[in-house]
Amino acid sequence: MIELSNLTKSFNSGQPNQFTAVDNVTLAINPQQITVLKGPSGSGKTSLLSMIGCMARPTSGRIFLRGVAAALPFRQDGADAVEITSLPERFLNEIRRSTFGFIFQQFNLVKGISVLENVMLPAYPTGEGRAEFRARAVSLLEQFSIARLASQRVELLSGGELQRVAIARALINNPSIIIADEPTAHLDSKLSHEFMEIVGRLKGEGKSVLIASHDPIVFDSPLIDTLVEMRDGAIVASRSCR
Amino acid sequence: MKRAIERHLNILEFTLASLLRRKAKNFSLLAMYLMVVFMLASLQFFVTALKREAAIILDDAPDMVVQRLTAGRQDLVPTGHAAEIARIRGVTAVRPRLWGYYYDALNGANYTVMAGDDTSAKTESASIGSGVAKARNLAVGDLLPLIGYDKAPVMVEIGTIFPSGSDLIAADLIIISPANFQRLFNLPGGQATDLAVTVRNPKELATVAAKIAELFPGSRPILKSEIQRTYQSVFDWRGGMTLMILASALLSFIIFAWDKATGLSAEERKEIGILKSIGWETSDVLLLKFWEGIVISLTAFLLGTILAYGHVFFLSAPLFVQALKGWSVIYPRFQLVPVVDAYQLAVLFFLTVVPYTTATIIPCWRAATTDPDAAMRY
Amino acid sequence: MILQPAVLALLLIALLVAGMGIYAGYYGMRILGQWDPASGSEGQLELERRTYLVSTIMSYILSFELMSLFLFIYTADELHPLFTGAMCAAGTLAVNSFGYPALIIKVVNFLLAGVWLIVNYADNRGYDYPLIKVKYELLNLLVPLLVLEGVLLFAYFAGVKPDIITSCCGSLFSHESSGFSGDLAMLPHLPMQIAFFSGMAVTGASGLFFYIRGRAGYLFSISSTVTFLVAVASVLSFICLYFYELPTHHCPFCLLQKEYGYIGYFLYATLFGGVVAGIGTGVLMPFRKVGSLIRIIPAIQRRLVLVTLCCYLLFTLITGWKMVFSALTLG
Ligand SMILES: Nc1ncnc2c1ncn2[C@@H]1O[C@H](COP(=O)(O)OP(=O)(O)OP(=O)(O)O)[C@@H](O)[C@H]1O
Ligand SMILES: [Mg+2]
Repeated sequence: MIELSNLTKSFNSGQPNQFTAVDNVTLAINPQQITVLKGPSGSGKTSLLSMIGCMARPTSGRIFLRGVAAALPFRQDGADAVEITSLPERFLNEIRRSTFGFIFQQFNLVKGISVLENVMLPAYPTGEGRAEFRARAVSLLEQFSIARLASQRVELLSGGELQRVAIARALINNPSIIIADEPTAHLDSKLSHEFMEIVGRLKGEGKSVLIASHDPIVFDSPLIDTLVEMRDGAIVASRSCR
Repeated sequence: MKRAIERHLNILEFTLASLLRRKAKNFSLLAMYLMVVFMLASLQFFVTALKREAAIILDDAPDMVVQRLTAGRQDLVPTGHAAEIARIRGVTAVRPRLWGYYYDALNGANYTVMAGDDTSAKTESASIGSGVAKARNLAVGDLLPLIGYDKAPVMVEIGTIFPSGSDLIAADLIIISPANFQRLFNLPGGQATDLAVTVRNPKELATVAAKIAELFPGSRPILKSEIQRTYQSVFDWRGGMTLMILASALLSFIIFAWDKATGLSAEERKEIGILKSIGWETSDVLLLKFWEGIVISLTAFLLGTILAYGHVFFLSAPLFVQALKGWSVIYPRFQLVPVVDAYQLAVLFFLTVVPYTTATIIPCWRAATTDPDAAMRY
Repeated sequence: MILQPAVLALLLIALLVAGMGIYAGYYGMRILGQWDPASGSEGQLELERRTYLVSTIMSYILSFELMSLFLFIYTADELHPLFTGAMCAAGTLAVNSFGYPALIIKVVNFLLAGVWLIVNYADNRGYDYPLIKVKYELLNLLVPLLVLEGVLLFAYFAGVKPDIITSCCGSLFSHESSGFSGDLAMLPHLPMQIAFFSGMAVTGASGLFFYIRGRAGYLFSISSTVTFLVAVASVLSFICLYFYELPTHHCPFCLLQKEYGYIGYFLYATLFGGVVAGIGTGVLMPFRKVGSLIRIIPAIQRRLVLVTLCCYLLFTLITGWKMVFSALTLG
């Protein structure tokens, strides 16, 4: 479970162009469910996701991760929850690597290297043996039926294939939480439905999924559990869809 | 431990792949790096080889040479001094030496002519250096006509040609008999160019030198160690001066490297952003950059030194001959004996790789601290 | 002044190291002044990023110091023919009064940089920057020394003029000469041998005790430091004699030469490695109880102790082996 309390993110604080992208957000995100953040452009969805995903530190407020402490190489005094906002970058990163998988709007695949290498990339700095994560990458590619593209360079892939490579990459380190920011923005409706199907499968495997989107295919999908609406950096509504 | 090694290996592998992917971009950097290493290495090899040549000449030199100065210029020494010097305690032998320079109008070269020991079999025979042999196209048994002081020809027969193991010293040498030396230069009788003194115990050299200076006020004893020292510092000085000139090249390379490292292409910036967003940490990217620097440096260093080796020892350093040799004699062509040791390479490493690495620390760090969430906003 | 590529290289490195030190020191000061881990402000994030830069710079400084230390000795050795009476690096360094101070400060800076990196390593393992103040105060201590090293090196090479009569290693490190290094060589063999082996024994015993029980870390650290000094004195006093197989040649630098199989590099590497780890153990002692490091520091210390023990053991074994099998026997 992820708990956010009074989370605020300001840019350029103290300067005339100060801007508060996320304003005093308090929210609980349930494990093994699909949660969707919905809101107009500029409402702070991406900013919120990047703080939850340990990519950026909030200006103030706290984030607690429960149920991941056991997987960490260090322990804060006795608690089962980790308070991540005050952690140094290398610890945030450790958590991010072991707990979160990311899917981006632009897919963000590295050009010039093969599909397989792209999928393995997040595992390089973990110190795991190459053979092990390679086997895992191959089986992920098979799972998404793109195994035949393994040695293809990513420039040549179609949008749907890119999407699946990006999902496979998000799963390579066995994360328990998947974060997707506008995952369907570059997909047609058929591929968007396919994406939601895959998300449903991931949930079935016990993963938590957190999606930011203003695509009706996503937030009207029968698969989602919770819908959170944001506006101007604040949460305006949060309801369960079950 | 094993994980740390795996991490290094994985990242190194990715580094190599990315370098190959960006061949064109890294090529100009590598080319410039290579040039700098090549020039500095050529210089270093050349100076060291010259130093060694000089050391070889001096190895055979006598422990002490006594010259005479008249009005501050070197003058002939009366051979009579030899007997008196021989009586000083500790001196084992004194040998008057005859030598001078001979100008060859045929090809504008200066040869060093020495009188050999008069025990040699034939008065007409001569030994010559390989440089002379090449310049005049001579073989053993040929006749070499020299022009005497009175324009009378002096014919000598080539008995031996010195092997070209150490060309630079023996190249311009002609050794002839004392009789022929006399016919060539017509020195006044009972005079020698200088005296070679041998002393039993090297520790007494300084004492003996002092005694000689006292005995003959116009004389100048020179110790072999003094000559060695002078040679070494002259070569070091020349090497250092040339290095100072090359420093501008080094500096511009460093600025270039800095610039290259700072001005990442949008593509690269994006790639680092992606890496950070998918879980690479700042220190992982720093490691990636570190390996990148190592690979580029080692490639440039190895290729540069190999090219320099060829330049100096196979092609006889055409780029440096004018600047560094500074010998009074025109050498038709000389071949240096290869000497390369770990010390030279270490010095080169410090002069090239260390400044390069230092110049890239801050740009690499800057690249590595890209915000991980930047990748969400492309 | 001697203008020679190696000398220029050494001066260049001194310049770079001092420059990098000042740069790192400047940010160290800012970190000490403005550090506030509770804040998520952009200023704090920027400072946290700077810590990566400082660590990187320090690891480069450490490796440059180590490499240039040996280059310095080697260059001094290479230059000895320029000085009447100098027969190896020892004589060259004695040409003016800056040579030995420059060498000593180089060693000190190397050791301090090593200790800094140990503290840095421990700090990076705690989730709340537990040692940040200590780390940057230590850096503030180190920076002036790095600058001083550069100054001494410049002063030394500027004051070196070929052909000054200097003492050579035969006299500088032999019984006739006075002065500090002469005094060290004068130290009688037997008491020195006793001091050396007992120092090694105390370090070994306290190290083992610490390794097993986790106590008496200060004793171990101090004893490893003292033993380091004793070992250096012993190299001068008797160890090198066994390697040279000459009863009067006390030079610590000739060990680095090819004639002795470059054994010196190995001997000094074990000594330096051992003492850095030993001092590091002691420096970490006060922070064993710091919350976020409570499990981490003891683990690091055990590894450091192991490094020291292995290094010193190797040094002792080689020395002992040479003493037993050397052609030389000292009375
Ligand atoms: N580094 C930054 N500096 C200044 N302002 C920023 C920065 N990053 C984001 N912002 C601002 O914060 C606000 C929220 O941005 P965010 O990307 O979180 O919105 P979003 O809800 O994801 O929008 P979209 O649906 O268009 O992706 C925007 O107005 C943006 O301009
Ligand atoms: Mg967004």
